[in-house]
Amino acid sequence: MTDNEVLLQAIDVVKHFAVRRRGPHVRAVDGVSLTVHSGETVGLVGETGCGKSTLARCIARLYELSSGRVVFEGRDITRLSRRRLAPVRRNLQMIFQDPYGSLNPRRRVGSIIGDPLAIHDVADGRDRRRRVQELMELVGLNPEHYNRYPAEFSGGQRQRIGVARAVALRPRLIVCDEPVSALDVSIQAQIINLLDDLKDQLGIAYVFISHDLSVVRHVSDRVAVMYLGQIVETAAAEDLYARPRHPYTVALLSATPVADPDLADRRTPILLTGDVPSPVDPPSGCRFHPRCPKARERCRIEAPALESRTPGEDTHLTACHFPVHDPAELMAS
Amino acid sequence: MSTVPLETVAADAVPAIEGRAPLRLAMDRLRRDRVAIACAVVILLLVVTALAAPLIAHLTGHDPTTQYRDTGLTPAGLPVGPNRQFWFGTDNLGRDVFIRVVYGTRISLLVGVVSTVLAIVAGVVVGVTAGYFQGAVDTVLARFMDVVLSLPFLLFAIALVAVAGPSIVVSVCVIAFFSFAAVGRIVRGQTLSIREREYIEAARSLGASDLRIMAVDVVPNLIAPVIVYTTLLIPTAIVFEATLSFLGMGVVPPTPTWGNMLSDSLQYYQVAWWFILFPGLALLITTLAFNLLGDSVRDALDPSTFTSASVKSRS
Repeated sequence: MTDNEVLLQAIDVVKHFAVRRRGPHVRAVDGVSLTVHSGETVGLVGETGCGKSTLARCIARLYELSSGRVVFEGRDITRLSRRRLAPVRRNLQMIFQDPYGSLNPRRRVGSIIGDPLAIHDVADGRDRRRRVQELMELVGLNPEHYNRYPAEFSGGQRQRIGVARAVALRPRLIVCDEPVSALDVSIQAQIINLLDDLKDQLGIAYVFISHDLSVVRHVSDRVAVMYLGQIVETAAAEDLYARPRHPYTVALLSATPVADPDLADRRTPILLTGDVPSPVDPPSGCRFHPRCPKARERCRIEAPALESRTPGEDTHLTACHFPVHDPAELMAS
Repeated sequence: MSTVPLETVAADAVPAIEGRAPLRLAMDRLRRDRVAIACAVVILLLVVTALAAPLIAHLTGHDPTTQYRDTGLTPAGLPVGPNRQFWFGTDNLGRDVFIRVVYGTRISLLVGVVSTVLAIVAGVVVGVTAGYFQGAVDTVLARFMDVVLSLPFLLFAIALVAVAGPSIVVSVCVIAFFSFAAVGRIVRGQTLSIREREYIEAARSLGASDLRIMAVDVVPNLIAPVIVYTTLLIPTAIVFEATLSFLGMGVVPPTPTWGNMLSDSLQYYQVAWWFILFPGLALLITTLAFNLLGDSVRDALDPSTFTSASVKSRS
């Protein structure tokens, strides 16, 4: 289903936040490049605070980039004004993490879902109402609840409202910023299946952000792993989960809970020591080196490039001088 | 919450499902508040009194500005106390205090409501603009509001009236000008917090313009504080107007207002208690009713968290 047309290209995106007017910056995203093809789901995983959400907002142009470029549908949208950006947004939408915070509590659901139709002058009056009710049906909401307020819905239903709003204009790309992290596990599955169905029906591409590795594995065609504002490894989903190359990815995967107790007993999680360093003052060289069990002198000095580390695997890129080929070697150390 | 299965009900046979708006919930709470009901009744009576003032004057046969020198003054030329003809007695010129208090209601309510509406509109516009855009716009507008709040309003009012001449319009403008900044500051603070909510970001990601976001997403979330502020500003404005009239800078005599009646009565309070009592009582009851209603409205809108942001009486 993935065709080869490049839909979105983030090129060397950097986003720094000033803590104070003068002084150090938080380097939330520090040189990230990412490509999304049409109809493809790219998963983005990483710990809290690694810059996933900032990257999402840079891609959706909710933040001004510190440097770098975002190219969407072959057009550089990095410096477009709000007005010029508006038509681009028809094809570039976003779903937010918090199903409570992302819906205005003072507005009726019909009006919220109809917002994109109103803003882009697609439909109004009875026509808008009809289309909103179609959308509600599409995402599994009762169209009769058109006049209700967000407070009258459960978390999962509210996230459906957010999804309906995002797909209202039939966008080509939806950036999902932890769309299921605030939901119960059973509800998570429903929302993920909904997103999957919509992808099949409407051919939408997703950038899917989560800190939950198993969720990302389930939805993604390709996965990128972020650590401290940078992508450390990216590969096709199955490849990444089967053959992680970066020590950080290996550690992350080993920490994923396993439902089968027998299997869980046989696995030893790799415990990383220390805290995530501050993005205000990231470590020199490879940013992971202070916590990496395989770190050597070179890692302290030279930042590894994100490139193919195994001959013949040109889609599996790893930013590590000493990529892992057998996870057992990490456990030993 | 039970959901009706879709297939079982024909689409057009479904009764419209009305959401229980937060405001409607507040109304329900308000309806159970006895103080609020009593205040609302008092305010309603005041409004009826103001509207029916000419009718009341007609029924009693007295006019607010006519001087009843034969019946309304003692042979010594002093005011007459309450009697069957003059229910609230007469003033120093032999005018009917009752009718004048009734007519005074019109001025008080008119000035109170109109200047409050002006102040609220100006305060919301300025406050939302400052809070939403932040940066230089915010600095200029917020500092301007601080300046207005720090001005000594009476001195300023005296100067303004000296230039423009006393009238109802000038009173309304002065009161609105000195009230809007307090509203603007509250609204700015609320806007600063609202604009960081995720639904504002969502609106921006949909491509909404700033104007649309402010009108559709910010202002509706200000309804609660604005309603509370309105009910608390009206009595302040009424007292404000009375103060201006009392000092001879508000409504021009002989038009009766509670303020200029109180002012006139000061020289006579030792011989004519009714002259100072009834306009003072009218002022007290009116401001009390509005203030208590304001408190109830605030409690009803947010029974748990909204802390008292009472409008400080500035007179």
